[in-house]
Amino acid sequence: MEKYKIIDHEYDAIVVGAGGSGLRAAVGLSEAGLKTACISKVFPTRSHTAAAQGGISAALGNMGEDDWRWHMYDTVKGADWLGDQDAIEFLCKEAPQAVVELEKYGVPFSRTEDGKIYQRPFGGMTKNYGNGVVQRTCAAADRTGHAILHTLYGQALKKDTEFFIEYFALDLLMHNGKCHGILAWCLEDGSIHRFRANMTILATGGYGRAYFSATSAHTCTGDGGGMVLRAGLPLQDMEFVQFHPTGIYGAGCLITEGSRGEGGFLVNSEGERFMERYAPSAKDLASRDVVSRSMTIEINEGRGVGKNKDHIFLHLNHLDPKILHERLPGISESAKVFAGVDVTKEPIPVLPTVHYNMGGIPTNYHGEVLTKDQDGSEVVVEGLMSVGEAACVSVHGANRLGSNSLIDLVVFGKAAAVRAAQIVKPNSKHEKIPETETQKSLDRFDKMRNANGGTPTSVLRDKMQRTMQSKCAVFRTDKTLKEGLHEIQQPWEGMSDIKVKDKSLIFNTDLVEALEFDNLIRQSMVTVSSAENRKESRGAHSREDHKDRNDQEWMKHTLAWHTNGKVNIEYRDVHSFTLTNDVQYFPPKVRVY
Amino acid sequence: MVQFALPQNSKVEKGNYFSSKNDSKNIKKINIYRWDPENNKNPRLDTYEVDMENCGPMVLDVLIKIKNEIDSTLTFRRSCREGICGSCAMNIDGSNTLACTKSAKEVAGEINIYPLPHMPVIKDLVPDLKQLYKQYQSIEPWMQSKTTGDNGIEKLQTVEDRSKLDGLYECILCACCSTSCPSYWWNGDKYLGPAVLLQAYRWIIDSRDDERKKRLKKVADELKLFRCHTIMNCTNACPKGLNPAKAIGSIKKMLVTSDNS
Repeated sequence: MEKYKIIDHEYDAIVVGAGGSGLRAAVGLSEAGLKTACISKVFPTRSHTAAAQGGISAALGNMGEDDWRWHMYDTVKGADWLGDQDAIEFLCKEAPQAVVELEKYGVPFSRTEDGKIYQRPFGGMTKNYGNGVVQRTCAAADRTGHAILHTLYGQALKKDTEFFIEYFALDLLMHNGKCHGILAWCLEDGSIHRFRANMTILATGGYGRAYFSATSAHTCTGDGGGMVLRAGLPLQDMEFVQFHPTGIYGAGCLITEGSRGEGGFLVNSEGERFMERYAPSAKDLASRDVVSRSMTIEINEGRGVGKNKDHIFLHLNHLDPKILHERLPGISESAKVFAGVDVTKEPIPVLPTVHYNMGGIPTNYHGEVLTKDQDGSEVVVEGLMSVGEAACVSVHGANRLGSNSLIDLVVFGKAAAVRAAQIVKPNSKHEKIPETETQKSLDRFDKMRNANGGTPTSVLRDKMQRTMQSKCAVFRTDKTLKEGLHEIQQPWEGMSDIKVKDKSLIFNTDLVEALEFDNLIRQSMVTVSSAENRKESRGAHSREDHKDRNDQEWMKHTLAWHTNGKVNIEYRDVHSFTLTNDVQYFPPKVRVY
Repeated sequence: MVQFALPQNSKVEKGNYFSSKNDSKNIKKINIYRWDPENNKNPRLDTYEVDMENCGPMVLDVLIKIKNEIDSTLTFRRSCREGICGSCAMNIDGSNTLACTKSAKEVAGEINIYPLPHMPVIKDLVPDLKQLYKQYQSIEPWMQSKTTGDNGIEKLQTVEDRSKLDGLYECILCACCSTSCPSYWWNGDKYLGPAVLLQAYRWIIDSRDDERKKRLKKVADELKLFRCHTIMNCTNACPKGLNPAKAIGSIKKMLVTSDNS
């Protein structure tokens, strides 16, 4: 093997990923006086947070009465009771402060007539515990994520956070169950870097690109999840994959739920506003899993629109063009570019499209990563945290509500920084760890770089994406999932025959894609196995052969390990308690919208 | 006598030709600038024949198809594929734009693709934008407010004041504008360029920010600001339909009028 020179760095804390949660964590760590590095495979403002459109939820009450407890109830119900209610209480209680903080950082929120932050209705957001629509989602037109991401990057610059940009993280450096940092590859000059840190925070985002059609960016390859699995740690609730009801048919680009919040509605080939049948009260603003299922049923029963009757129309053309221009300019442009549609005149062709991973790296509400020890008790993984879509806190449970992800980023990004500052003292020593950990990761890197098989990454990736799309989609059955388990083996085993044509070290995106595939395929396998294993329907996990939610047996989190190509599954209790006495536990009930 | 000559390695040579393997009726020739920093050779122009029957509509789809099916060594940045992240800015058919929102059909005949002009190239279509990022940092793109307002409540901003940020905050830092500007090509180390000046103006004009004077003073410089000669390439290039030239004009106007407090 080629000898790689390793450049060493020592930090109190490192953050892997520079999207919303990573930047917020980095800002907090820098403020706390910790020597912090933020490592990202893309320039921070290229992160996928930029693509979030509709808004960020917080019970500010700018547009009528609101209460964080109502927000909490909606989130618990949206999650189909799989969320941990202590964490959800924390999220919803902290949310208003977090949004105000963002505003003070400079986020250009849209405004009400009296100058306050504008809030719009969003799916599943209600007042008084499910009685009527509330306007809770704070918006900067339909570019809220972009506005937040750029603002947070500015804050990180202000706080002099050190950035390592276009560095691709390879592996966690683990020793005796503790994380000591990561190994990373600098794309610009091809060098290998070892970051030692007393706290490593994974903010690497979701793995939407495991699927063929996703609103997710090409870079959403769940690199943190891949690293965690390789380190012998579990991922949680991976069977819960959110399909956003309105991805543009064909292109898959996102059309915000805010479009329905502003009055848009879905129509089938008979011109019927079918959501009224499925969700008589919330209609088009039911939660995403419900709307995506309803659309799929309409299409399956022959009421899809278009030549092949395989999609649905989203109408915005009845809305005032002024409102469209002011509040939905971004999606008006997307619809024009990607569907050739003038939203003031024609409907947008849409289809449920993979959008968000509720599952991820299990953490508590401080962001500390959890696993089980040999006796099966829950333990914190020392030196390791995770935030954002990469993590599973779990506040989103079996289904996330729209606009709850942006708030998740900043609330838990901050919480992780606060916790890290309690655990890590500035400039504390770095334990020596054996070279074998570094070597193991380098071996993998070198093997992949020199892989000379017969199958390009793109072929394996295509096989994986098509399998996930057809076997692990909106509706699942024992049959499709068993087929999925079988078929997903092919791209996994195919990795032994992978071909990386570009052997260089500088900006070798052929190799980046191969390493990203390694991360994706592990998480795909864990996702199908977890889905096959869970024999009930809950939130986004909908099984036609087990149609009902089964709280007796399945009110528990899935934990899945990936070892030598095999997935092992265990469970964690769902927290049936709140954080404080400010609110009582919401016991499960039937979920209707 | 002084001789003017381009550096040896700036000459773009004829590269490889990748013929289509199928007999599709709809073949488009794509000519792409290639440069590998590790082999000491001159840049070259590779040509790929792409079957447009089985290809997505955008230039980015074409590039991805080439990378997936013809030549996996082709190197370019891409991420969101919907025009919001700014990764895939490059020079297509003579203009700087985003590959993900540029329709391949719009280009008649062969498509020529180069990296953003006048930037150092890291590899193929990947430019080095570090200088631009540093300049972005230099304008202090964060809120500077003496009053924090009431605790727990946002700072108020009227609808009208907020509307002054429209056309500014939407910038995705793709650098299409700055790298289309002759002044920036010539004096990129000193002139801030349209992208960064647009962002400077975004903070200057934000009613919530208290440092307008300081911000104006900071950019009021022969080179930083006044190298803009209103050539307007920036505005023509912006893939988001923004108008950096107008923002620069507004800064200049604020400096000469009393509107600088």
